[in-house]
Amino acid sequence: MARSARLAEGGRIDRSKSVRFKFNGESYQGFKGDTLASALLANDVHLIGRSFKYHRPRGIMTAGSEEPNALVQLGEGARTEPNIRATQIEIFEGLTARSQNCWPSVGFDIGAVNSVLSRYLPAGFYYKTFMWPASLWLTYERFIRKAAGLGQAPTEPDPDRYAQHHAHCDVLIAGGGPAGLAAALAAGRSGARVILADEQNEFGGSLLSDAEAEIDGAPALAWVGAALEELRALPEVTILSRTTVTGYYDHNFLTAVERVTDHLDPDAAPPNTPRQRFWKIRAKQTVLAQGAIERPLVFAENDRPGVMLASAVAAYIQRYGVLPGREIVVFTNNDSAYATARLAARAGARVHLVDAREQPPGPLLAEMAALGVETHLGCGVVGVSGTKAIHGVDIAKLTEDEKGLAGPPLQVSADLIAMSGGWNPTVHLFSQSRGTLRYDETLASFVPDKTPQKARCAGSGNGAMMLAECLREGFEAGAAAARDAGFTVETPESPDAPALLDSPPRQIWTVPTVHPLGQGKRKHFLDHQNDVTAADVHLAAREGYLSVEHLKRYTTTGMGTDQGKTSNINALAILSEIRAADIPSVGTTTFRPPYTPAGFGAMSGQAVKDLFEPERGTPMHPWHLANGAVFEDVGDWKRPRYFPRDGEDMHAAVQRECRQVRETVGIMDASTLGKIDIQGKDSGRLLDLVYTNLFSSLKPGRIRYGLMLNEHGMIFDDGVTTCLGVNHYHMNTTTGGAARVLNWLEEWLQTEYPDWEVYCTSVTEQWAVATLSGPKARDVLLAVAPEMALDSDSFSFMTMREGVVAGIPARVFRVSFTGDLSYEINVPARYGRALWEALMAAGAPYAITPYGTESMHVLRAEKGFIIVGQDTDGSVTPRDMGMDWIVSKKKEDFIGKRSFARPDTAREGRKQLVGLLTEDPTFVLPEGAHLVSAVNPAPPMPMIGHVSSSYMSPNVGRSIALGLVKDGRNLMGRQFQVPLMSGRVETVTITEPVFFDKDGERSRG
Amino acid sequence: MKYNIFSLARNARTYHQDWTRAWRSPEPKPEYEAIIVGGGGHGLATAYYLAKECGVRSVAVLEKGWLGGGNTGRNTTIVRSNYLWDESAAIYEHSVKLWEGLSQDLNFNVMFSQRGLLHLAHTVHDLQEIGRRGHAIWLNGIDSEFLDVDQVREMVPLMNVNGRYPVLGALLQRRGGTARHDAVAWGYARKADEMGVDIIQNCAVTGFDIQNGVVKGVETTRGRIAAKKVGVVAAGHSSVLAEIAGFRMPLESVPLQALVSEPVKPCIDTVIMSNAVHVYLSQSDKGELVVGAGSDAYISYAQRGGFDVLEHIMGPLVELFPFVSRLRMLRQWGGIVDVTVDRSPILSKTPVENLFFNCGWGTGGFKCTPGSGHVFAHSIANGEMHPIAAPFSIDRFHTGALIDEGAAAAVAH
Ligand SMILES: Cc1cc2nc3c(=O)[nH]c(=O)nc-3n(C[C@H](O)[C@H](O)[C@H](O)COP(=O)(O)OP(=O)(O)OC[C@H]3O[C@@H](n4cnc5c(N)ncnc54)[C@H](O)[C@@H]3O)c2cc1C
Repeated sequence: MARSARLAEGGRIDRSKSVRFKFNGESYQGFKGDTLASALLANDVHLIGRSFKYHRPRGIMTAGSEEPNALVQLGEGARTEPNIRATQIEIFEGLTARSQNCWPSVGFDIGAVNSVLSRYLPAGFYYKTFMWPASLWLTYERFIRKAAGLGQAPTEPDPDRYAQHHAHCDVLIAGGGPAGLAAALAAGRSGARVILADEQNEFGGSLLSDAEAEIDGAPALAWVGAALEELRALPEVTILSRTTVTGYYDHNFLTAVERVTDHLDPDAAPPNTPRQRFWKIRAKQTVLAQGAIERPLVFAENDRPGVMLASAVAAYIQRYGVLPGREIVVFTNNDSAYATARLAARAGARVHLVDAREQPPGPLLAEMAALGVETHLGCGVVGVSGTKAIHGVDIAKLTEDEKGLAGPPLQVSADLIAMSGGWNPTVHLFSQSRGTLRYDETLASFVPDKTPQKARCAGSGNGAMMLAECLREGFEAGAAAARDAGFTVETPESPDAPALLDSPPRQIWTVPTVHPLGQGKRKHFLDHQNDVTAADVHLAAREGYLSVEHLKRYTTTGMGTDQGKTSNINALAILSEIRAADIPSVGTTTFRPPYTPAGFGAMSGQAVKDLFEPERGTPMHPWHLANGAVFEDVGDWKRPRYFPRDGEDMHAAVQRECRQVRETVGIMDASTLGKIDIQGKDSGRLLDLVYTNLFSSLKPGRIRYGLMLNEHGMIFDDGVTTCLGVNHYHMNTTTGGAARVLNWLEEWLQTEYPDWEVYCTSVTEQWAVATLSGPKARDVLLAVAPEMALDSDSFSFMTMREGVVAGIPARVFRVSFTGDLSYEINVPARYGRALWEALMAAGAPYAITPYGTESMHVLRAEKGFIIVGQDTDGSVTPRDMGMDWIVSKKKEDFIGKRSFARPDTAREGRKQLVGLLTEDPTFVLPEGAHLVSAVNPAPPMPMIGHVSSSYMSPNVGRSIALGLVKDGRNLMGRQFQVPLMSGRVETVTITEPVFFDKDGERSRG
Repeated sequence: MKYNIFSLARNARTYHQDWTRAWRSPEPKPEYEAIIVGGGGHGLATAYYLAKECGVRSVAVLEKGWLGGGNTGRNTTIVRSNYLWDESAAIYEHSVKLWEGLSQDLNFNVMFSQRGLLHLAHTVHDLQEIGRRGHAIWLNGIDSEFLDVDQVREMVPLMNVNGRYPVLGALLQRRGGTARHDAVAWGYARKADEMGVDIIQNCAVTGFDIQNGVVKGVETTRGRIAAKKVGVVAAGHSSVLAEIAGFRMPLESVPLQALVSEPVKPCIDTVIMSNAVHVYLSQSDKGELVVGAGSDAYISYAQRGGFDVLEHIMGPLVELFPFVSRLRMLRQWGGIVDVTVDRSPILSKTPVENLFFNCGWGTGGFKCTPGSGHVFAHSIANGEMHPIAAPFSIDRFHTGALIDEGAAAAVAH
């Protein structure tokens, strides 16, 4: 059993609640309040995983969401998750986690051979090799792919639920450290609706790991507690912990992910609670107070498990009561890491302090001396011994130009390095808001400058490194945001906090080592996750990848799951050194959302499973289900495709249904057809505009079929429209086209003819429609509508009558898509099923059959009626369809008319609708097969047309097909070949596209 | 310096100190035979083939930012040639054939990976669409296979074939796949540079010198540069440049978005596209799932899009690939795509003599980078459009001879 690194006291963990968890199969113990990282460190576990490219052993570098190294595979089975940062996982009883990107184990990893070969694998090596022989690339790639990737994706569906939440607020505050809390207090006191979000489980930010900080003479955390208490009492303030603001989009629209139950054992999580909640927030104003992230130093072997940020070491000591090492080397270039040295020494560690500066402030040195800390000034860490853990650290004096060593290295025994290269304000959200950044020389980093959005920055995220300043900026930003959101509030007086020393850092972007950079075993890592070294940046620059974006893409620096939170500035600085340009002129890459990776499950919210595009069913749907219908998806609708009887397959059912319709009568659910109610004095004008033929002359009660074209003169929808009364029409569209057509009408009305008075209302769902079709349709209708005069003189083809059908008020449209006598009976939707059942009963004497879309398609094809989208494809004019008769020659204009004058649209010989009959009458051509002008032994073969509809027709007694063939109407009677992939070549004869009742007697009868 | 395993090993011995620049960074000369405006893949490929195949070596590529910073470096890298219309099939297949030897030709591994591309059919209508297109592709001499649902399941075990819109079948192009986008730009740049082409970054074209209807050169942020011929290959900014040159380009520029997940071990081995469920997906060699989103409904030149567009692919993504629910989005971005009304590109002469345009590739031009560059180079060199390019003339918007891939197949990318 390894030693315990847990300190006897201190920290914000609950020592009364012991928590057992497993890592790599071993059982460990931690406390409530621990992260996986702190609990592992407490158990002296430093080796967490393997790096992406070289499979180098890696440990924990940070204590927060910027962690590049310590990614684990969390959980098992359906709940497993890859790439989770150990520094953010709150442990719970029974938690399991594993190392990833290693095999067979993190201690002994075969992939580490890459590390041995690393000399041959510099940045971009893959662009230079794996090219010969060309045929082997897929094989090489298989190995590359296996080696790449980090954790494993689950293979089972996610058992958890997610939710989306929309919110509006006056002030959104991202970050709940001192600046964010101050902003929330100032804004909250004004009565503004405030949302305060912080990604951690507790508020307080940096103060949580700074037990020594004071505000107004009291422990800073007391101030945090009081602030939270006050905020909780404000009714308009929403406080969200474990909530990361992930994206900042246009118009102050922000997204956030709230981890609602991730910190709980999933089996014990409260019921009816989503695992994560995805917030979509429209904020009038925002205050960005995300804090700052410490910058690693780039020194030789700085990636060894046990090399940590100084602030992280302080956090582990103070927040978690863990002393992660006993012999600690603090390596810094600034004042802030002295606190870590102090804490570590007080906690009992033997501490060496290496400061790159020759003359740090005297008081700090005096304090170190008092604590027994050995200091090495003007020095750097130039090497680390140990691979899976640190055994020793090489410290050497640096030359004045910082390029070399001024003396031989001294090796000290150590098991931990705490490094600090300064601080980077977290400007990600600000940058996403399209804010521009300004380079701050003293910080040697970028700070927010200007943003076009209603955003303010406060605190260390704004470059303010002292607590008092953070508080003041927070109060000011919160108050100003509230005022700009329309509230009255005074800027509260900011409390006092003692200032710390803040002397200038010595910025050394690459700490030299015993050999020139990149020319020996020791590597200087920049992007730890993607294994990008300082030498890689030099290589990229040498090869001309000099723009920041090229550097990033060539070396992959900053492209890992941490998006370069700890590496971007260092990479940029090294590049600017190489280019001998100042950092601001080299520029930054754009930060792209999300700030930290956001779950796909969370983002899809409730829109999954049954709520993913909910199925639409008609009022008759339950009847169809009960009667064994087989459905097809048409748009969102489930439509019955056919109604098989015992043992029938689709073919048998469809043949029977089609025969029955033509013999006696069939009934079809046509409720899904799009229906648009059109009213207003300019309704006729609108119809004349969108249809090719004249509608304004239509008399009440009369129906007309129409084609709609797009601007190119190509058919895009069809249907019948009925005049219900003066300036009142009922338009039918195709099922799939309903929404498109309504949008189309609205687009013309709203953008081109806003002065027209027309009101279009979708009534698709208001009406249920049953279509009776067949020679006995009239008899069936008569049986349930005895009051209606149904004889052809009183109720002729293409007219509509209102009346009572089966006791239900109804509109009956006499139109026909089968070519047989048909009535489309529309009743208010709630009566749909009653109507259907009444018609079924009334039809029983005639052996009425329900039929589905497949039979409808066969029946209409027998008549040569087209289906828009099947027999047309957006490149077909009415003339191509042989429907010239429907194009008004008199109307001055309609949409698409102009295009008929275009030479290609007017040309002869375009593809035209024809009938196709196979030589073998039992053979049904596959839809989509093509006619060719010559059959070659193998493709290519020149195509002259294609089969758009193809069926076995029981009523014609053979297979029939429709197709579009070049110059088809001039080829009647000609034979062509249709080669199929199977090798079969079928001969077809071109015919008129009507196969049944050519004179159209039956529908008029 | 030749790239291969030996040079890599040799350079390892000298700690990679001796690699030379992939391309020079020359000052613009006062005059060139030909100027290519736009250092995306298409522009760089054009320059390369001009130098390599057309004997035009006095060529400059002018790029306003960094090479490949436009859509070339922002796309989801799908390569395929299974287009419906003969004209499209011809140019895209020409391109795929060039892809097949591109790494060797450029001596730069562009990682063209023919891992196969599936178009899923979820409805009867989809089956009809892939049926027609699949047969047409086959008859055009391009590889094309229909799969039934069991075969689809076998290829992509992690896909939910029984979802809201069950998978009924698929069209497979085995020769389709993906490539490494940046490498395409860099590979062309390096090889073009080697043949004497001047690649000039941070040089925006701001005007054209047009005399008596003939282009004589361009105005740039780095001064005037004369040229006998100018080819504009500026994707989303093409219509802006056309306006400067004094004519209209029938394009709309809209943001198109994409995203990647965090990297995971191999789990998706082909490219999968679904129209009915509105999502397409592949996995990069790095392990990231690469997901295409839609384009915004409004016109914009901002290289980002609205969040709603992204959000609307999350449901479909989880529906078709339920395992991704616990994976996370790492990065999202957008590019400005130049869309024509028929979703086919424009390779054309213009009202200005010796000024050529190559644009309108919209949401799907990456795959045609080699093919487009190749035929465009020949067109510029000869002064007449290459036969494969000819149908894509700007004239088609006047004659109506559209090549309507959008309406007919409605498949983007
Ligand atoms: C999110 C997304 C996903 C996509 N997915 C795919 C896919 O999977 N498969 C596919 O085939 N295609 C895809 N595409 C489309 C594809 O990216 C483009 O069609 C293709 O890359 C265009 O290449 P290009 O060289 O023409 O344009 P670009 O790469 O955009 O190059 C144009 C260049 O012109 C420069 N420029 C503009 N104006 C000027 C000026 N005045 N002076 C100088 N230079 C100028 C720009 O800076 C730019 O570098 C996708 C596009 C996007 C945005």
